[in-house]
This record gives sequence, C-alpha cells and structure tokens, in this order.
Amino acid sequence: MRSTRKEIFGHSTRGQPIRRWRSGGAAAGTLLLFVGLLASGAVPEKHLAVYSTAANYSLPIVQRQGHEYIGLLELLDPLGMVSAKSEPPRWRVHYNNVLGEFTVGHTHGRVQGRDADLAGKFLMENGRGLVPLASLGSLLPRFLGGPATLHAESGRLFIGSIATHFTASVPSEDPSHLVFRFTAPVNPSVATEPGKLRMTFSHEPVTAPASSTLTFGSKTIPEATYSETDGAAQVTVTSTVPLIASFSRDGRTITLAPVKSQTAAATTGTPVTEAAAPAPSAPGTANTVASPQNTAATQPPAPKPSSSVARRYFAVVDASHGGNDRGEALSSTLAEKDVTVAFARRLRQELENRGISTLVLRDSDATVSVDDRAFYANTTHAAVYVALHAASNGHGVRLYTALLPYSGEDDRGPFRAWTTAQSSSMPLSQAAAASVAAELKKQQVTVRTLAAPLRPLNSVVTAAIAVEVAPPGSDASQLMSPDYQQLIASAVANGIADIRAQLGAAP
Amino acid sequence: MIPRHLFIAISVLLLAVLGMSLYAWRMRGRAAAGPAVSVDSRPVVPPVAGATEQVTLFVAYDDTGVLHAQSASIPLPSVRQQRAEELLRSLLAVYLDKASPHPLPQGSDVRSVYLVDPGLAVIDVNAAFADGHRSGVLSEELTVASLIETLSANLPGILRVKILVEGKQRDTLAGHADLSGFFDVAAVNQMSTQLESGQ
Repeated sequence: MRSTRKEIFGHSTRGQPIRRWRSGGAAAGTLLLFVGLLASGAVPEKHLAVYSTAANYSLPIVQRQGHEYIGLLELLDPLGMVSAKSEPPRWRVHYNNVLGEFTVGHTHGRVQGRDADLAGKFLMENGRGLVPLASLGSLLPRFLGGPATLHAESGRLFIGSIATHFTASVPSEDPSHLVFRFTAPVNPSVATEPGKLRMTFSHEPVTAPASSTLTFGSKTIPEATYSETDGAAQVTVTSTVPLIASFSRDGRTITLAPVKSQTAAATTGTPVTEAAAPAPSAPGTANTVASPQNTAATQPPAPKPSSSVARRYFAVVDASHGGNDRGEALSSTLAEKDVTVAFARRLRQELENRGISTLVLRDSDATVSVDDRAFYANTTHAAVYVALHAASNGHGVRLYTALLPYSGEDDRGPFRAWTTAQSSSMPLSQAAAASVAAELKKQQVTVRTLAAPLRPLNSVVTAAIAVEVAPPGSDASQLMSPDYQQLIASAVANGIADIRAQLGAAP
Repeated sequence: MIPRHLFIAISVLLLAVLGMSLYAWRMRGRAAAGPAVSVDSRPVVPPVAGATEQVTLFVAYDDTGVLHAQSASIPLPSVRQQRAEELLRSLLAVYLDKASPHPLPQGSDVRSVYLVDPGLAVIDVNAAFADGHRSGVLSEELTVASLIETLSANLPGILRVKILVEGKQRDTLAGHADLSGFFDVAAVNQMSTQLESGQ
C-alpha cells in the first residue's frame, strides 16, 4: 500500500512526478469540462429524422454504453398499428401482424420467429425498448416488409422509395443562373452569407447527387456542395455575386440567379424559369398560366416605381411572416406563417385558374422584410397586391386596406413618399376589398372591411389589400382545412377576377 | 514531487467544484420546473388627487371585434399631461381586470404620455404591454385605436400620435400593427368608426 502511494504521488524518480502531475491536471481539466458541460446543459440532443410516405417525423437519439439507441416503439408508432408488452427481461412489440421479441442484454432478437442481429445489446428503460441505431437498416425491413435506408452519421432514415433526388445545371443560354430540379416539391430554408447561399432541407427526404461536390464551370457560380448533418440535408452554393432563389413548378425547381439579373427579369417580364413561363400578357385578358415563382432574397431594396414597364404578373400574393417571424401562434403546433403560405399557394392556383397571372412572394420558409415585400410588389408592376394573414380570434375573414400614417413629407415629382405611396391607389384598394367582400358574402362567409395600420400596404403603389382569415369555428386548426381554404381562396379569386378590368386599367 | 498537503487541497477543491456544479444543476432544474415569477403589477405611483370627471373610454371587445365608447368617472389632475396619463391608465385598468373584454398582459402600463405642440401626443408604454400582447391584425388594431381614440376624445387638439415602447421606437405592436410612424388622428377616427360599427 505504501509503495503504491509512493508510485502514485511520485516519491520515486525525478522526472516522473511532473508527468504525473500533468496527467492529473489533464484529468482534472477533463472532469471540470465535463461538469461544466453538465451544469450548462450544453450537450446537444441528437435526433433521427424519419421520412416515409405515412409521415415525416423526428425522434431523439439516446446515448447508452457508448452507442446510439432509438426507441423502437416510438419509431414504429407513426407508421402503423403498434403495441408493446414488457415482461423484464423480455420485451415484445407487435407492428401490424409482425411480432418482434427482444431480451435485455442480448445482441440478437427475433422477428416473426427469425433471428435478427442488433449490432449491439438490446436495452429496456421504464418499459421502453431501445435498439441500437445501427441495427435499423437491417431490422426495420423485417417489420415493414420493405426497404429502409439509414444515414447513421447524419441521423436520417428513409423508409421505402421516398427519397427526393435532384440535379443542378447551368443553362447554356445564361451561365449566371443555376437551376436545381427536384423529383418532388421542396421547401428549404434559404440563408445567405458573403459568397455563399445555403439551402437547408429539414423536412424533405432530399438525398445526395452522384458527387457531393458539383462544379459548373461558371465564373459566377463555380460550385455547389451537398452535405447532411443533424437530420437535415444542406446544399451550399458558392458564388461570386449575391444570389436570389426563385421557386417554380410548385417547388420542384429552384433557380438561383444574381440579384440584379433576377430583379430586372421580374421588372421587364423576361422569363426566368425554364418551363411554363409565359410571354408577357395584357392585364385582365391573360389566359395563359404563369409559372408560379417566389423570391426569397435579403438584399435591401430601394423603391423604383415606374409606370412605363410591361406588367408580367397581374396579382402578387404575399404570404405574410416567414422564417424567424412566425406570426401569431394559432395553436401550440400551428404558426401563422405556415397557414399563410399554404393559403397563398391555394389562392395562386385559384387566380391562375381564372387566367390571372400570379406571383407568390415567399413560397418557402424564408424571412422577407416588409420593405422587401413592398419592393417586389412595386417592381413587378402588378395590378393588385394581396397580403395574407391568419388569426385565431373571431370568425370568417377580415379585409384590410391601408391606414396611411401621418406624413410630413410630400411626393416630389415622380418620387413618392415611401410610407404613403399607397395614397393614390386607395380608391382601387377599397374597390378591390369591396369586390372580394361581396364574393365572400355570397359564400355565406362572415366578412368585415376595415382600414388597418398594416405594413407594407401603405408602401405599395397599386391596389393593395390584406386578407386576415379566422377559423369558421373555435378551433384554429380549421384554418388548415383544405375545404375551408378552398372556399376562401375561391371567393377571394372571384372578387379579384370580377374587377380585373378596373384594376388592369390602372397604370 | 507533489507535497501531500497540496494534493489534498486540490482534491478538496475538485470535490467542492463537483458538488457546487451538481447543486447548480439541481437548482437550475428546480427553477425550470417551478412556476414563472409573476410580474409585479402593483402601482408604483400614488393615487391621483383631483376632481372626479366624466370621460369617454373607447374599450375594445375581442369577442365581437368592436370598439365601444363608454362613459366613466375618474379623478383627473389639472395638468394636461398627467390627465392624459391617467386617462390611459384608467383604460388599461379595464383591460387588466379579470373580466376584461380585451385582455392585456399582466404588468402592462403606460409609462408616460408626452404632449408636444402643435398637436402631437407620444404614448410610451412599457415592455410588458407590447411583449405579451396578443398577436393578430384585429387584436392589435383594437388596442391602438382604443388608446388613440380615448386620448383624442378627451384631450382636444391632438392631431398625431406616436406610440413608443420603453421609450424606443418599435416596428410593430405584436407583429402586425405598425408603430413605426405617426398615427393620423383623423384617419384613426375613421378607422374607429368602422371598428365601432362591427360591420
């Protein structure tokens, strides 16, 4: 015992004590760091993102015995009928008609009476069966009867043939653009930083292209890289100029273009997408359907109203809020920003069904400032601007026109004061609101028409209204009802179509 | 060679650090699980001394989404600025009541009202007022209209109103009603007429 103490405490040689002191210091440092992390709660919780045709969901991954584990019952629950029975040390799970049997501490289980390798020990905590994450690729097909692909590093699990693939190419006619084509609609969050534009796909089963680095031979957009991390896929585009993302084909195509080029295209009516973009059509008589587009950019704009530019879109539909701005929390799970974007897509469809070319601002979960919204509405020279809001209080629909603020500044020549730019269009806005209100009343929808201090209505130089949709009953979740959205969207589109001649005649 | 007493001292210190960390961890958990500290809504100014006067308060009703003019008798001081503050505090008292028709967050208060000639009123509300305000175009609009109408109806000569939060300009009240500019009282009067009609 004594000799051991000497050895540990360094009473033997000259050089040994320092080394041991250092190693003791390192151990103490590690201990302190660990304690500090515990105290601060800084250890991030890892999640598994599950993509399937039944549901997309996320589950927490737990660390046990140096391995990553997942709750099997919780994983199977959204996919079908599932029940579990705990008889320690045994644990049984029924998924539809498939029986799985596991024993605590065993590295194998049985599924439908056949042996299943777990690549680690089965664990049970409070009646909850935990299987190693690494086993899911082989274990799940036994339960589901179909393929399951696990990306263990990034925490992504694909059940069935659910993956969304994409290609990226630079059009030969315009090498400053980069076009992404996806096999299913996508709705990434878009973020920019100097020299980069990053699209993060948190909810879509986007998978890697053939190579994780794509090069395009373009001076403007030299390359894009694909990566996966923490349950999301990310595409980072390197560029030498600020880029803007446009969505089309119902979210199946994303076009990245230099900001100036995109703005100019929107202003002059030049098609910026490869497919269904129509030639500019006369307002009010358009019978072609415009390719829906969205712009999600962060460049601070300057108002440049002009009355001599061809009109490409007759209507601009603006899904209010987005990104960090969630709007009203309509329920514990429903944010206003999600209702408005769903509603905007439906309204665009209804307007286009009536031959009204429509631009949807914010077709993704992007943060767009109110000044940017007014800027895009003004530069497209649309005949009508419709901002969409949702609320949990009250019933039916409230229609708003601008309440202009007190302004000490006047219009100067062709330049209009930004905060009261709407003033000359107020009669048209009120006419549009009255027309939409009449159509809503025809559908027996409760409707009120009010003025409101609601930006950016006051900065839009064309007819501008805001539509605030409240649920038909007391349940805010009814706002997401397809039937209710269809009813309102159809009536709003009818109201705009009814006075398209009046709106289209405006400069 | 490490002296024994030094080793013991370091060990004790490490144990103390570990113990304190665990204690802090537990306290943090308790704080998170415990009830949130309620805002102290007790009045911090003495009750107003002055003659009781008949005033008109424009009170918002969430259930019907309308604004109603209501008469009330409240003591008002003689100084115009203090009268403005008391008017709005009386209005807020209605909203902070248990049976409020348009609930405002607990602790909501009007910090000051500044009357600047010619015809400008600056209403400075506290952070609790805006931070906890219900979001929604109509809900926020009712609050704004209620404040401005109550002020302008009882203090003639106000043409413009600016609303500040904790002395600073704010873009919106709770995500919708624009507070960045000056409200034109004449325009707000028209808006309030619409709100009063309930149509």
